[in-house]
Amino acid sequence: MSNWDSLTTLQIDALKEIGNIGIGNAATALATMVQRKINMEVPRAEIRQFEDIYSLVGNAEKVVSCVNLAVHGAAPGRILFLLDHPSSLCLMDLLMGYPPGTTKMIGEMETSALQEVGNILASSFLNAFSQVTGLNMAPSVPAFAHDMLGAILSSALIEAGYYAERSLVIQTAFHDEGVILHGHFFLLPETGALNIILNSLGIS
Amino acid sequence: MTSDNSPGEIRVGIAEWRAAKQPVQITTLGLGSCVGISLFDPLTMVGGLAHIMLPDSKQFSHPTNPGKFPDLALPLLLKEMEGLGARRQRMQAKIAGGAQMFNYPGGQGGTISVGARNIVACREVLTWHGIPLLAEETGGNWGRTMIVDTRSGHVTIRAVGRPLLVI
Repeated sequence: MSNWDSLTTLQIDALKEIGNIGIGNAATALATMVQRKINMEVPRAEIRQFEDIYSLVGNAEKVVSCVNLAVHGAAPGRILFLLDHPSSLCLMDLLMGYPPGTTKMIGEMETSALQEVGNILASSFLNAFSQVTGLNMAPSVPAFAHDMLGAILSSALIEAGYYAERSLVIQTAFHDEGVILHGHFFLLPETGALNIILNSLGIS
Repeated sequence: MTSDNSPGEIRVGIAEWRAAKQPVQITTLGLGSCVGISLFDPLTMVGGLAHIMLPDSKQFSHPTNPGKFPDLALPLLLKEMEGLGARRQRMQAKIAGGAQMFNYPGGQGGTISVGARNIVACREVLTWHGIPLLAEETGGNWGRTMIVDTRSGHVTIRAVGRPLLVI
């Protein structure tokens, strides 16, 4: 029953819930890093058309930072963490304790810091996810890109082998109290991994 | 730079192809590892643009969308342009894209990137159809927007933090 089309409402809700727990954990980790309150939206778990995934974040030419990690282990997949350009600069200021507006560009140092943030978010997400499902999973070393949304998302998906027109997307947006940080967090399980996750929850 | 479609502009989405006669501009946004193939017939001023994703349809038993692959998309684009009066004997091609957006730590297990394979596949398909490749703006690690101007056959490439380029 690995077919995307035949997912029941119960299964979608369960995926949303584990997404919720994982992303909650990740948001807490982010809040600790920047020492601010981070709010997150109720996660969505949806079967999405390839093209629609862009529209969740914005226009194809919008400049974003993206941390891209493979999920290794029992239920392989991919995690993408996206931040729009102003939020990337703002997050850097928060991380470094700079006054707002200090960071002007995403250079080498910023890249490595954002990669590390992505790594921590993905790890805390997967920790919670593993605890709920009993499945052992770990993130790969993160890859990073700062460029047009369309170019980044399509390449991340194609290079990871998501050739199908549709995929399961567990997604949330989060923001801090001053609504300065706009981020998106995507979990894209591989086709076979969906079954494994549902099995672990006893609802396959 | 506007995200709205003006009357003289046609948008080509990922894995789509479109043809138009002058004075229309045909645009595709945010090419990463994907490649945009533009064709132009300077006599009839008919242009076309395909946004392909993957190098080879033959690796798939049931390719659902021909627009994903250069070997399937190009004949369809040719047909659409010929429907507008273009002749393939006069057509000239320009391609852009085929970047490697992410530098994966530890590499990709020695495999060549999808972008690089897409570029090669597009060149081969054009050669197979006997269409000369006039110019290309490919490779690297940055995204590109491609705008085909059917009034001139010029192709403008827009990228983040780089000057506009006309090929």
